Amino acid sequence: MSLEVELKKSFGSFKLDVAFSAPDGVVTGLLGASGCGKSVTLRCIAGIETPDAGRIVLNGRTLFDREKGVNLSPQERHVGYLFQNYALFPNMTVEHNIAVGVRNRKQQKATAEKLIHALYLEDVQGKYPRQLSGGQQQRVALARILASEPEALLLDEPFSALDSYLKWQVEMELSQTLEDFSGPVLFVTHSREEVRRLCPQACVLSRGKSQVVQPVGELFQRPRTRSACLLSGCRNISRAAANGDGSVEALDWGVRLIPGRPLPEGLTHVGIPEGALRPASGPGPNRAECRVERVLEELSGETVVLLPAGNAQDARLLLALEQGGWAALCTPETLWVEFPPDALLLLEGD
Amino acid sequence: MDWYPLFNSLRIAAVSTVLIFFLGILAAYYVARLPRVVKGILDVILTLPLVLPPTVVGYFLLRILGPRRPIGLWMLEMFDLRLTMVWYSAIFASAVVAFPLMYRTARGAFESFDMTLAYAAQTLGRSNSWIFWRVRMPYCKQGIIAGTVLAFARALGEYGATAMIAGYTPGRTATISTTVYQLWRTGDDAGAMRWVLVNLAISTAVLLAVNMLEKKDRRPRRAAAEEAR
Repeated sequence: MSLEVELKKSFGSFKLDVAFSAPDGVVTGLLGASGCGKSVTLRCIAGIETPDAGRIVLNGRTLFDREKGVNLSPQERHVGYLFQNYALFPNMTVEHNIAVGVRNRKQQKATAEKLIHALYLEDVQGKYPRQLSGGQQQRVALARILASEPEALLLDEPFSALDSYLKWQVEMELSQTLEDFSGPVLFVTHSREEVRRLCPQACVLSRGKSQVVQPVGELFQRPRTRSACLLSGCRNISRAAANGDGSVEALDWGVRLIPGRPLPEGLTHVGIPEGALRPASGPGPNRAECRVERVLEELSGETVVLLPAGNAQDARLLLALEQGGWAALCTPETLWVEFPPDALLLLEGD
Repeated sequence: MDWYPLFNSLRIAAVSTVLIFFLGILAAYYVARLPRVVKGILDVILTLPLVLPPTVVGYFLLRILGPRRPIGLWMLEMFDLRLTMVWYSAIFASAVVAFPLMYRTARGAFESFDMTLAYAAQTLGRSNSWIFWRVRMPYCKQGIIAGTVLAFARALGEYGATAMIAGYTPGRTATISTTVYQLWRTGDDAGAMRWVLVNLAISTAVLLAVNMLEKKDRRPRRAAAEEAR
């Protein structure tokens, strides 16, 4: 059983075109920059917005199917939606908010009490949402959703409204609650750290288009597209063209690279993680000479900003060094760097 | 002193406020959901009585409710009911004139409503009418109360359209405002002054009540915010 989504919707020039499936009992991340259509996708699944085409099937139950003319109301879908701002009813107490979620009127009180206990809300059950901290508000919202016995959970950037020093605690509480949930969970975020910690698998969304669902480790270590590469935290990306002999021309850096493995069909970009790039002693294969633009002191070490000698654009290369690594290199004005072939990321499309 | 004008004014204002309350909220709720062009046109029509001289409103009302006019004639024939020059004629006048105050304030309140609250309630399985009465209306309470009180105050002070459609018959259609004019016109300055003071007292009381309501509503919020901190 799972959630299968396939939908299209256009807003003026923006076109949403997503297709993925999320299995039961697993948190599936939807990762993308802001404005890529993540929230709209969730809204379409919940029934708040209507797609132009496609179908949505949850546990074999069709929620939406353009061709068959099926479009269940949000009330009939049994899909829990955790909003960014939690959307608690300001005129009701915590207890009342949770009771609203219970569909069976006779069990309202009993179910609400059970959830108040399960989510440690006893101390605040008589309070109003505005009297609660961000983390407590999220627990109330979650309790209210669980009270409605949803078959799937949609989490829309659940930590964006929290102070960063509170986040880790709320994140742990949320992941504990999610462990007990047996249906599919979709987790929307722009943060790769959150995806890495909370989701075993994820799907990248870029400019309204979804990419394949991948295990998170694979997604971050071997991103297949430019947007996935950017979201994995790698900032060294250059447009690329394949030469007939198996080598790649990195157009923005003006470097010829030999990956030593077959090139993908639709190669458009190459990338190299900052930590994988290495200082080199002089010319050689997979090496390039760069002018040093500046050195940035960071918490985890130093980042050297390099301008490749043959660069066409204003493209830069970032080289990560350990603390003191720059002094050890004797602070030169130009530097040769090596692109280890195994670390090269061969990217297909956006 | 004959208190009939006070009694008449209050019942006219009360009945028209009740009418305006429901019609204004209904109009605000549905107009907000219409396509833009229709919305623009309807918005102008519904707000027009606010800026038109009350005499123009009175003229229009006489044109449709007068005994020889379509609605007036029909009501007279079907129910033997006169719509002009009786006490309740003034209800039409004050309702039309005060309607835009309710409509516009309610619409403003509805537009500031956080739609995610409605979406959340929908995904939790609650019906749209439940959402309207239990979430949207409480959320917009301030604006709706303000609109109701403003509409009541305006209805109480209506003169122009009322004078045209209900006229001034002592003990039958006289209201405070028409009485003030009548007394002043006939040279009874002291009598006019008495009714001016009555009117001032009521209006001041109404506005004071609004201010106190607002304060009462605000106080627990501030205390709560401090507690949360």
